[in-house]
Amino acid sequence: MERFAYANPSTLKEAVGLLSSRWGETAILAGGTDLLSLMKNYVAAPKRLVSIKNIAELRGINSDTDGIRIGALTTLQELLDDESIRRDFPALAHAAEGVASMQLRNMGTVGGDLCQRPRCWYFRSGFGLLAQDEQGRSLVTEGDNRYHAILGNRGPAYFVHPSSLAPALIALDARVSIFGPKGENSMLLKDFFQTPQSANERETVLQTDEIVTRITIPSFLRGWPNATYEIRPKEALDWPLATASVLLQLEGDAVAHAHVVLGHVAPIPWNAESASQWLVGQRINEQTAAKAGMEAVRDARPLSGNGYKVKLASVAVKRALLAAVQGGA
Amino acid sequence: MPDAVAKTTVTCTVNGKQRTLRVYPMARLLDVLREEWQLTGTKEGCGEGECGACSVLIDGELVNSCLVPVLQVEGAEITTIEGVADGDRLHAVQEAFISSGGAQCGICTPGMILAAVNLLERVPDPGEAEIRTGLAGNLCRCTGYTKIFAAVVRACQRTQAKA
Ligand SMILES: Cc1cc2nc3c(=O)[nH]c(=O)nc-3n(C[C@H](O)[C@H](O)[C@H](O)COP(=O)(O)OP(=O)(O)OC[C@H]3O[C@@H](n4cnc5c(N)ncnc54)[C@H](O)[C@@H]3O)c2cc1C
Ligand code: FES
Ligand code: FES
Repeated sequence: MERFAYANPSTLKEAVGLLSSRWGETAILAGGTDLLSLMKNYVAAPKRLVSIKNIAELRGINSDTDGIRIGALTTLQELLDDESIRRDFPALAHAAEGVASMQLRNMGTVGGDLCQRPRCWYFRSGFGLLAQDEQGRSLVTEGDNRYHAILGNRGPAYFVHPSSLAPALIALDARVSIFGPKGENSMLLKDFFQTPQSANERETVLQTDEIVTRITIPSFLRGWPNATYEIRPKEALDWPLATASVLLQLEGDAVAHAHVVLGHVAPIPWNAESASQWLVGQRINEQTAAKAGMEAVRDARPLSGNGYKVKLASVAVKRALLAAVQGGA
Repeated sequence: MPDAVAKTTVTCTVNGKQRTLRVYPMARLLDVLREEWQLTGTKEGCGEGECGACSVLIDGELVNSCLVPVLQVEGAEITTIEGVADGDRLHAVQEAFISSGGAQCGICTPGMILAAVNLLERVPDPGEAEIRTGLAGNLCRCTGYTKIFAAVVRACQRTQAKA
């Protein structure tokens, strides 16, 4: 690792003042579980690190009439330990639980989970987010792409977004608040993620001198069935192959509104809109859940080595829907 | 960037003893423990959060010391494997690892024991599923885990028999 300076501000204003407006010069440090690996492998080499751990207003989970506000420094374990989140938003609690190492859940934060960089092995080996050779050819389409995108992969980006909280939060219509040089603003979390179209773009719209401050889930969603289903190779210390998070509004037995979001299948958390629409008016059972799963992957275009993920994603949707109506997972 | 990288002073408590050190702020806690303080019980496996060999407790919370910049432990209380026994008296978990054959090559053992000690502090009488999830951040390439889980069960039996 390179040597670099470290700053430890206690207010957002101070922190933003310490951040450069140019990528690569400075980096925000939260739990460090992703950033330290990136630095160790020279994928990130900031000259100054700005720790946000002493900024008190980034901590804690509070609710008011508008929503449940989750501070960016909330650890994954704090999320999991929060009774109201476990009761009302099993989709989110289950996603946090999926990061199956106590150590990582104690250190990793919600803000860091959303802003962590992709795990694409070409990116992590220094070939850039678009993983291209010197002639601009994709290393992914020609190479080992077993964990890469099956949706939203018309190029040039083929990585999958690594966050497992993001699909759950997007299914729950969460908003993200961001503090920057011009103050604070907020947007739907789904609009925070983008598929980079060139080497100058990143996987989120966040600028280098902006800080994610909190996530807000609308209060009125309490009581709406929701669930996440993850398919992983092992029970611990790994990454999901495909996940599905679902939110339902039921009228009697029938679906009045549905939101189906897939994780780890595309460069962004994937809104499966046609599945969400198809579900309206249906009653959830084995058959309709399976049909919605198929609908969710209808546009999938697997690469040479990841066709298996199409089936996994479709099964994840089915099982998430069944779990939601059976009281969460 | 204007700031030059300078060493700073970090003060924390390690296994009950106060320590002060001049170091580079981003030195990994793992390296400081092993190289500056000669507490070589803490092991490095992957250096990336994937194996748990470097596990220590910071203010009672289980973390991977390979991912902790030393500046973040200013004022904190750290427990490493060297601080688990009470003088010459081994902790119930340590004894159970010996009697159940929970350690083979020993690389994972310090981290595994800290994870087990931490688990029993949170959940005094864990079921099999709780043991598995409590130790899920710790990788072992030798034992196949069965004897490690048995050691945790034996450790709770012993602590309960004493209580
Ligand atoms: C073995 C292993 C398995 C894992 N499995 C999973 C998994 O299954 N699912 C999953 O979702 N994650 C998984 N993770 C990733 C882990 O959850 C993230 O590394 C963690 O949540 C990041 O949080 P952090 O606070 O440590 O982030 P840091 O490492 O501190 O930061 C990560 C990035 O986000 C930026 N950042 C952090 N906070 C903010 C903020 N508030 N505003 C703006 N930018 C910010 C940093 O600058 C940095 O670029 C795994 C990690 C490991 C090592
Ligand atoms: S060495 Fe720290 S987790 Fe492997
Ligand atoms: S005893 Fe060898 S790795 Fe666990």
